[in-house]
Amino acid sequence: MSTETRRLRRVGRTLAWVVLSVAAVATVIPFLWMLGVAFRPASDLYAHPAQILPGHWSLDGFRAVATQLPFGRLIVNTFVFAGGATLLLLLFDSMTAFALARLKFRGQNFVFILILATLMVPFQVTLIPVFLTLFHLGWLNTAHGLIIPRATSALGIFMLRQFFSQLPRELDDAARVDGAGAFTLYWRIILPLSKPALASLFVIQFAALWNDFLWPLVVTSDISHRTLPAALTLFSSTGGVDHAALMAGAAISLSPLAIAFLLAQRFFVQGVAASGVK
Amino acid sequence: MSLAQGVTGRSGTPAAPVPATRRRRRARFNPAYVFIAPSLLLIVVFILEPIVQTGWMSLHDWSIGEAHHKFRGLANYSTMLHDHRFWNALKVTCGYTAAVCIGQVVLGLLLAEMLRRTTWFTALLRSAFFFPYISSLAVVGIVWKFVLDPQVGLVDGWLGSLGLGQPNWLQSTSLALPTLIFIGIWKNFGFAMIILLAGIQGIPEYLYEAASLDGAGAWGRFRHVTLPALRPSVLFVVVIATITGLQLFDLPYVMTSGGPLFHTESIVEYLYQQGFVNFDLGYAAAIAWVLFLLILAVSLVQLRALRYRDVD
Repeated sequence: MSTETRRLRRVGRTLAWVVLSVAAVATVIPFLWMLGVAFRPASDLYAHPAQILPGHWSLDGFRAVATQLPFGRLIVNTFVFAGGATLLLLLFDSMTAFALARLKFRGQNFVFILILATLMVPFQVTLIPVFLTLFHLGWLNTAHGLIIPRATSALGIFMLRQFFSQLPRELDDAARVDGAGAFTLYWRIILPLSKPALASLFVIQFAALWNDFLWPLVVTSDISHRTLPAALTLFSSTGGVDHAALMAGAAISLSPLAIAFLLAQRFFVQGVAASGVK
Repeated sequence: MSLAQGVTGRSGTPAAPVPATRRRRRARFNPAYVFIAPSLLLIVVFILEPIVQTGWMSLHDWSIGEAHHKFRGLANYSTMLHDHRFWNALKVTCGYTAAVCIGQVVLGLLLAEMLRRTTWFTALLRSAFFFPYISSLAVVGIVWKFVLDPQVGLVDGWLGSLGLGQPNWLQSTSLALPTLIFIGIWKNFGFAMIILLAGIQGIPEYLYEAASLDGAGAWGRFRHVTLPALRPSVLFVVVIATITGLQLFDLPYVMTSGGPLFHTESIVEYLYQQGFVNFDLGYAAAIAWVLFLLILAVSLVQLRALRYRDVD
């Protein structure tokens, strides 16, 4: 009887792995289908919609999307927005986190609690007044209008403060004995030691901003200032859509993060595990 | 490791008080203020002031371009009380949030438990499951809209080749919201899996050995060791999923425009329509305040629940 149950258990386990593998393939099928549609002519798609691989290959979708949308411009915009805001955010958040974790100043607790409190404020809540502020400043449809309001995050400050607090206190004393001031301590000692935390924060923030939709949708109305997701939506809602072009556009929008994920999966997983915010 | 754990862990310990003599000697300029200035300025200008302003605007009849805004007291809020479209949006948002939250936690738990050992194969499966999470929800919405397209879509293509009917996924009043829920779960279960996996891998092995010695089977070990130890991680996923769900916008905007007949219109989408399409900014601000209170309530419940955990 025990060999019988053991065999049953082995069959069950094999079955579970088969189910898991099928589920994994099913999870990424929309992406595979997207790539297939991007590379096939419309006639082929209408004839065999259930097929994932193209019957005929063609680059027409990529050509079409590049002529119908200012695609080079959109890619640059998205990189400037996501990259610019993330770099500024790393600088500002690490500075604040450094002051909170390693320096002493009056009002320190108050500032920390203030920052913690803003963790609970989703940006949708402040969207309308922020929109009006940008409107009055003449910052709508500009790169700095997109970037500057997103250049700090309570979450980033919080994560980095945690990390900085764990670095040994002796570092500060040693630096002071050598005559280093706060700026040297921050720039030459704390930051270089915090590369893993900074890298994780960079990856999740860059990904979040690259994927962001509502914010660029509200701040930009002019297609030449939009980012990829917002521009692509505009494109998809115009009538008589060219499927191959749309899926080619989607594939191009997804590819930078997909490639980064394949190359540096560790940072994505660590960043997400440490923060858990998109 | 998680954000939520840190909240209670750190904020509870106040900084050491500075002795009066030292404080006097430091009366000269403190460089710390330079370090906090940029972030603090941005937080005040783009978060704190706008929250107050949202509240102030919600008390007015506020339209763009006008110099004077008529004060209306709580009129926007009483309009909201009788606004069917608002209650519908609230219902849609809460239904979506609850369903995606539950689906995500159940799938995440199942996968984290099954893929707990790290081999090249489990690593591959984990990457596949995690992949949707890193992609843009708006772009993924566009892709899914075509996957579900009745004419050229993959799903109906398959159903058709099996000789089955082709439901109108996104145009049907009964199917549209469940379809968005399915996509919401598909997008996010990898996140739950990663968080719960980190939790599972932190459970010491001796607990399982002890449970085995007590005669617990696989289910017993899961029920009495894994689940209790994972409580904080599960709670964390629930909170994040709830907050993300309440902010639902991209999927209905891209896939259904809130339709058919508002069956998928979320709060943020309604807010967007009122604010940026109808330019009724006062009313949109009132909706934003209600959303804020809703999310604040969820966050406070989270903090409470976490405090209980620390007492355990």
